[in-house]
Amino acid sequence: MAQLNSKIPSGALADKWRKYKTEIKLVNPANKRKYKIIVVGAGLAGSSASATLAELGYQVETFVFHDSPRRAHSIAAQGGVNAAKNYQNDGDSVHRLYYDTIKGGDYRAREANVHRLAEVSVNIIDQCVAQGVPFAREYGGLLANRSFGGAQVSRTFYARGQTGQQLLLGAYSALSKMVGQGAVKLHVNSEMLDLVVVDGQAKGIIVRNLVTGEITRHAADAVILGTGGYGNVFNLSTYARGSNVTATWRAYKRGACFANPCYTQIHPTCIPVSGEYQSKLTLMSESLRNDGRIWVPKKAEDCKKAPADIAEADRDYYLERLYPSFGNLAPRDVSSRAAKRMCDEGRGVGPTGLGVYLDFADAIQRFGKQAASRANLSNPSAEKILELGEAAVKERYGNLFDIYHEITNESAYKQPMRIYPAVHYTMGGLWVDYNLMSNLPGLFVLGEANFSDHGANRLGASALMQGLADGYFVVPYTIGDYLAGIKPGSCPSADAPEFKAAEQYIRDFTNRLLNAKGTEPVNYYHKKLGKIMWDYCGMARTKEGLEKALVEIPKLRAEFWANVNVPGSGDTLNQALERAGRLADFIELGELMCRDALTREESCGGHFREEYQYPDGECKRDDEKFAHVAAWEFQGEGKTPLRNVEPLNYEFTKMSVRSYK
Amino acid sequence: MVAHKVSEKNISVTIRVWRQAGPGAPGKFVDYPAKDLNPNMSFLEMLDVINDDLERKGQDPIAFAHDCREGICGTCSLVINGKPHGPNKAIASCQTYMRSFADGETIIVEPYRASPFPIVKDLITDRSAFDKIQQAGGFVSVRTGAPCDANAIPIPKEDADLAMDAAQCIGCGACVAACKNASAMLFVSAKVSQLGLLPQGQPERDSRVLNMVAKMDELGFGNCTNQYECSAACPKTISHDFIARMNRDYLKASFRQAFRAKSDAVAGGA
Repeated sequence: MAQLNSKIPSGALADKWRKYKTEIKLVNPANKRKYKIIVVGAGLAGSSASATLAELGYQVETFVFHDSPRRAHSIAAQGGVNAAKNYQNDGDSVHRLYYDTIKGGDYRAREANVHRLAEVSVNIIDQCVAQGVPFAREYGGLLANRSFGGAQVSRTFYARGQTGQQLLLGAYSALSKMVGQGAVKLHVNSEMLDLVVVDGQAKGIIVRNLVTGEITRHAADAVILGTGGYGNVFNLSTYARGSNVTATWRAYKRGACFANPCYTQIHPTCIPVSGEYQSKLTLMSESLRNDGRIWVPKKAEDCKKAPADIAEADRDYYLERLYPSFGNLAPRDVSSRAAKRMCDEGRGVGPTGLGVYLDFADAIQRFGKQAASRANLSNPSAEKILELGEAAVKERYGNLFDIYHEITNESAYKQPMRIYPAVHYTMGGLWVDYNLMSNLPGLFVLGEANFSDHGANRLGASALMQGLADGYFVVPYTIGDYLAGIKPGSCPSADAPEFKAAEQYIRDFTNRLLNAKGTEPVNYYHKKLGKIMWDYCGMARTKEGLEKALVEIPKLRAEFWANVNVPGSGDTLNQALERAGRLADFIELGELMCRDALTREESCGGHFREEYQYPDGECKRDDEKFAHVAAWEFQGEGKTPLRNVEPLNYEFTKMSVRSYK
Repeated sequence: MVAHKVSEKNISVTIRVWRQAGPGAPGKFVDYPAKDLNPNMSFLEMLDVINDDLERKGQDPIAFAHDCREGICGTCSLVINGKPHGPNKAIASCQTYMRSFADGETIIVEPYRASPFPIVKDLITDRSAFDKIQQAGGFVSVRTGAPCDANAIPIPKEDADLAMDAAQCIGCGACVAACKNASAMLFVSAKVSQLGLLPQGQPERDSRVLNMVAKMDELGFGNCTNQYECSAACPKTISHDFIARMNRDYLKASFRQAFRAKSDAVAGGA
């Protein structure tokens, strides 16, 4: 059974990190260059960690499966990054950011980790601005902020709708500088396929070069994974197609515990699926819900009518009806589930019946009238009001309306958008202690790949904050505490038997995929897995459904291995082989997610079990039985994994019912 | 803007794709029928469908680069009917939909053709030259933990906005593919301008432009002859004005480099 010591320092919440930093062991500057650190992944967490550790003097080797570190999926984050700067003088503070985040996570994260995140948030903004990240500014030249879900202050920093891109390019520039100096050795097109454990410690990785097919062994004193989340287990998601669980999954199979895998975030405002061929879902920023009204027809028989032909009295503005005080701004999980309920009742719209309307007609009228009155137009015509109103909506949301038009060929100025919830983020991940070290010593896990800071639900604009906090400001300190305890130069050789065995394991794994020579392509199985996961482990879960999934997934797994067709060979660029390996891991992960969801007999945040809800449909947590982290430990192929438990001891904040009514 | 109906009639097209097994191998066009396509399908999803079919038959799928499929990661890089990223303006290949093509059309799909971007396989090219240019100077040298408070240096909104216009570059390389000289001037000027417009970028402004341009030349990219095919092909519509800005920066930096007084001091001391 794994030892899960969270290593949370003692003392007052606000002093823990400050005090801890002064107490942990240091590595002296002359010794730093004697330690080699492998970083896998080059998103916000991986790039920022690579650059910072190289600046400190460590030997860093960074591996990324993309053709450039700048392609990592952090690049696609739209909204912004939270920081407790209180530049708006609206009463924000580190404590408020901490509290909003821990409440937003439905009291399923560690207090000490979340507080540290809030503390270092302010450093992130300083760092990024110094790198030349062009955040939005006010006319006076100071930084602009906006507000985001789950907060009552304006603490979100942003760069148009491309905040993730700008932050990633900042971290990429810092990494590029160190690569140019020879301080980081960068391996692109290099996918980690296994973790090598020597004497119980993570000491290296096995890598496949995606262009040449070459499989190589790499040894180091410590391994850092910043390899992102696993939402593509659902096949359709807002993730990039290449995002995968392989690095963390293979680490799990080498002994690292996987924590809370069932915690997934479903974002309410995405463009609905349009057909079987679909590969990707696109997010429409949540900010649209500030002015758009969400509705479905009251009567199922109206669903196929054009929206304009449905009378006002026949429309059900269900969020306004169900959640009168929050209305269309109800939190993500609540809004998503409500949309699903409407569609389940047969009142969904669009060709597939899986969609709801997000309507700007009222906003256009309101803005149009306001603009007319500002322009001193008396008796403006209906056309004039429409014209002015559309212009005002365009100014606020023009780029989103353009994206919507590109994808659907519909104008949201003329008819309501159709939206539906989609998988967007995974809060679960590899278990880590306060040092961000896994239960496998020497293995550190950052960003979305770990489980640590978002509990059961992540607030908007917090993912970028966590990725950069971990990479710039946490792991550079905490890894020293581990390295100081091992002798410089004691890093094993990549020719050690453990490395050779791991390489052989990967070669065999690859050959098994190539030799199956069945009749169906990889995507066929990915779609099947996605459907099982979405139906039984998606927005609403039941004991019965999860048990069914636990029967179906192993069947799918057997079918996949027996009947997949992966053409070509392993010693060349082979995208089918890449997808096959990743899917093999997703199938196994899917099973673990269902197992985790089944054993967590409560509803919290993104994990909603239909059996555990209040009469009004809100999540019913069970703090007595489930105020803990479930950290799953691999027990061998075909064996049921072990569910370890780390209790969540809340010393400073009261766990209360998370109500947004 | 006119409201369109969601689904129009399905279409069938022929895809004429460049197939090339590897860097040194001979390449050729191969035709693939793509039948009964929903016009709301993306171009890449159409390729997925063809590939599923090829894989089912045990044949090598068409290799193409892609990832985010929402126009921001810069991975996708198709030349469709002779145009980088296809027929529509201001989008990446992944944001091209089948409704942009006529029923019965033969669509030609090629990789970028530019010698600094050698072909890896089929439609995939090696764009690591862009990373090398960034490594030569596309950064502000600031150690983690060293900065002052973010609001200590106010930046005029106009400068920040213009810097952001340049910073939007997704590094896809369409500018190079569109240029008859395979020039990377738009790409390089975007980064040079972003950092040159901001106070943080001033200390290294001269060395940045000189080093990045030198690296660009060394890697075999051509020069700009002011035809601006680059910004026409750019999915983020980055303006060629930035090239002019970079040229000015380069000229000034070259003069300063030549005539600036330099300190004799060497590192070290007690």
